Amino acid sequence: MIYLDHSATTKPDPAVLQTFIQANERYYANPASLHQMGVEANALLTRAREQIADIIKTSPEQIIFTSGGSESNNFAIKGLARANKHRGMKILVSAIEHASVLESAKALEKEGFTIDTIDVDEHGVILIEDLKQKLTKDTVVVSIMHVNNEMGAVQPVTEIANIIHQNSRAFYHMDAVQSFGKIPVQFKGEDGPDAITVSGHKINGLKGSGFLALRKQVNINPIIHGGGQEMGYRSGTVAVPQDVALAKATRLAIEKQPQKALQYSKWRDDLHEFFKQFPYVHVLSGSEGAPHIISCAVKGLKGEILVNAMQHEGIIISTSSACSSKEHTVSHVVRAIKLDPSYEKGVIRMSLGEGITDADIETFKAVFSKVMHQVKEM
Amino acid sequence: MKWHEILIRYGEITTKGRNRKLFINRLKENLRYTFADIPNLRIRSERDRMYLSSEVDTEMEELIERLPHIFGIHSFSPVAQCEPTLEVMKDLAVEIVKGMDYKGKTFKVNVKRSFKKFPMETYELQQTIGSYVLGSLPGMTVQMKNPDIELRVEVREKAVYMMVDVIHGAGGLPIGSNGKALLLLSGGIDSPVAAYYMMKRGVRVEAIHFFSPPFTSDQSLGKVKELCEKISRFGGNIRLHVIPFTEIQQKIQSSVPENVTMTSTRRMMMKVADIVRKEIDAKAIVTGENLGQVASQTLESLAAINDVTTTPILRPLITFDKLEIIEVAQKIGTYDISIRPFEDCCTVFTPANPKTKPRVEKMNYYESFTDFDEMIERAVKNREIHSFPKKKTDEFLDLL
Repeated sequence: MIYLDHSATTKPDPAVLQTFIQANERYYANPASLHQMGVEANALLTRAREQIADIIKTSPEQIIFTSGGSESNNFAIKGLARANKHRGMKILVSAIEHASVLESAKALEKEGFTIDTIDVDEHGVILIEDLKQKLTKDTVVVSIMHVNNEMGAVQPVTEIANIIHQNSRAFYHMDAVQSFGKIPVQFKGEDGPDAITVSGHKINGLKGSGFLALRKQVNINPIIHGGGQEMGYRSGTVAVPQDVALAKATRLAIEKQPQKALQYSKWRDDLHEFFKQFPYVHVLSGSEGAPHIISCAVKGLKGEILVNAMQHEGIIISTSSACSSKEHTVSHVVRAIKLDPSYEKGVIRMSLGEGITDADIETFKAVFSKVMHQVKEM
Repeated sequence: MKWHEILIRYGEITTKGRNRKLFINRLKENLRYTFADIPNLRIRSERDRMYLSSEVDTEMEELIERLPHIFGIHSFSPVAQCEPTLEVMKDLAVEIVKGMDYKGKTFKVNVKRSFKKFPMETYELQQTIGSYVLGSLPGMTVQMKNPDIELRVEVREKAVYMMVDVIHGAGGLPIGSNGKALLLLSGGIDSPVAAYYMMKRGVRVEAIHFFSPPFTSDQSLGKVKELCEKISRFGGNIRLHVIPFTEIQQKIQSSVPENVTMTSTRRMMMKVADIVRKEIDAKAIVTGENLGQVASQTLESLAAINDVTTTPILRPLITFDKLEIIEVAQKIGTYDISIRPFEDCCTVFTPANPKTKPRVEKMNYYESFTDFDEMIERAVKNREIHSFPKKKTDEFLDLL
C-alpha cells in the first residue's frame, strides 16, 4: 500500500511512540500534584514546553498545549476576539480557511462580531489588495493559514503580518497545521504572526495533541474553564505523555524539514509535469505551492470514484480534504478559487510524507494512468 | 533587516579613569559567557565603544534581543553596512527606517563623510537620502532639532555604515566588577529583586536557601531553583547553597518563647549565612528585607537580627514600596515564579503574635540555653550546592 494522504494524518514516528509509552509508564502522575511524582511529571512537562518554545522562538509561558489543530484554532480566534473587544469587533478570515477557523468566526457572529472574508486567486493565494481593503481600524483578529490543506497554496505570510501590524491593532493568527515541518515557519519579530496553531498528528506525532503558540504576552480568554492549568489558559489535567511526545515530534519535524522539502518538491514537480499529459486533468496547486501537497481536478468525474479506484490498486489518496470528504457538496476552497464547474467535483489530493520512495511515485504514475484509462472509458 | 554589527556604548564605565580597562574586560568576559551559545560571536572593544558581530543573521537578532539584559551597557545600536554608492545607500536607508515605527514621526538624516573623495558633499547627501526616504515612506516630517528618528550615515572609503535605533541597555556595572555577596533567597517576591539590584551594581551573587523538609516541599525548593535560573540570565552563573534547616527550626520552636521564634529563626539564618559567606569569600550578605513590611522587618527587629554578625548586611529594597518591588519582579520575570503558593522556611512556623520590638539582650538570653552552634555547623556542612543556569541536557533527554 502506498499512502499519499499525509495531509489528513501521518503515521506516528516510532521514536515518538516510544516517548509516549515511556512517559506513560514513568511519568503518569498529575503534574499539578504536590508529591514527588507530580513534581517529576511537571518537570518533564516543563522541559517539553521549553523545547517547543526554543524551537519556534517564543517563551515557554506562551506555549499552550491543546488537543490539536481545531482546538487551537478555536482558542485563538474566540480567545483573542473576546478578550480584546475594545480593539474592535471585526474578524477577518480568508475564504479558504479550515472549518475550525471559519466555524469559530461564525460562532462569534452571535456575540456581535462581524466577519469579513478575504478572496483568493485561482491558486488559492489571498488577494493582498482585498486584505488591505477589508482590514479596518476595528479589526481585532485576522486568521490566515500558512499552507492551505486542500491545494497547498502558500500564503505570503510575512507580507500579511506586516500589513496587519502596520495598519491595525489586530492580532494575526496563522494556522500552521499544514506548513509546520514542511516549510520554514517564522515566528519572531514584527514580520511574524501573533499566534500559530500546530497539530501533533500532522507531524508524525499523536492525534489529540497540539499547541497554540503566542508570540508575546497578550490578552486571551480561555475557552475551557476549570482548575487553571496551562497558566490558566486551558483547564483540565494536562496530558503529559501526549505533550512530551509532541515536543519530540516537533523537534524531529524541524530537524528533518529542509531535507524533506527538497525531496518533496522534486516529486511534486515531477507529478505536475506528469499530469500535463492528461488534457482533462487540471492541476490546482501552483508551482509556488507547498512541497508536499499536489491537488488536481479531473473533468466530469467525481473525486470519490478516483479515490476508490486508486485504493483498489493499493494507493491511498483523498478528495479535497479528509475533514469534509464525507459531505457531498463542493468544498468551500474549490468554490473560492472559482474552478470551472465541470471540474469542481473531481478534485483529488495527493499529499506526501515520511516513508515514500521514488519507486512509490513511479508506481503512482503507472496506476494513475491505468485508472484514468479505465474510468474515462466507462 | 541585515545588521552588520552592534555598537555598544558603555555608560558608567566611562567614568572609571584608570580602572576603566578592568571594567571593559569584565564586560567583555560577561558577554562571552552569557552568549556562549552563539558560536559565531565576535567581540571587538575600543576605549569608548565595543562592537559585537556575527555572520549569521539569526544570531544577530538573538544578540539584539538579549543585550538589554546585560549590566554595564548604557545603550547599543545595530549598524548596517553597504557599499559606498548612492543607489545602494538610498535603498538601505529606506529599508532601515521601514523596519521602525515611523508613521507620524519626525525624521532627519545625519551624514558624516570621513571619505572626502566621495562625489557628493555632506549636505547634498543628507538632502538626497532624506528626500528619498521621505518619498518612499510617507507619513514622516522633517525636523532638524531632536527628531524622533535620526538616521546616522557614516561614509568611509570602503563602506558606508548606517544606524538609527539607540536601544537602552540595563545600565549599571558589569557583574563581577564589584566583588561578591551572599543573598538570602526565600522564594518570595523580594529577594530576587534584591539580587537584581545588587547585580546591577556589578556584584556577583551567590544564593543561600533554608530548606525544612518535610515541612517545606520539593516544589518550594524547585521554585527557588527556578528563581536562580531566572536571575542567572542577568549575570552568568549563580550558585545556590541549600541548607538543611529542619533541625534548627524545630529546636527554636521548643526552646524560645513563641512570640520571638521568628526573630530567633532569622538570627540563626544569619549565623549560617555568615559561615557560608566566609567559605565562599563573599564580602557581604544581601537580603530582600524592607522596612515595616512584616513583623521581622521593624528597626528593632532588624537590630536584633543584625546583632549576630559584623558582616555588612545590604538591604537594597529597604525603602521600597511593595508595589514597586512587584513591578520590578514582573519586569525581570521572577514574579510569576515567586507567587506560587508553597510553604517556605519563613512561613512554615509563623507565630500568631510575633514580637515587633524584640530586645537583643533577651534574644541572647533565650538562645543561651541551647547549643545552636553545633547544629549550625552541621547544617553548613550538609548543604547541597547547585549551579545555575542548569545545562539542559538532563534526565529527560531520551524522551525529548
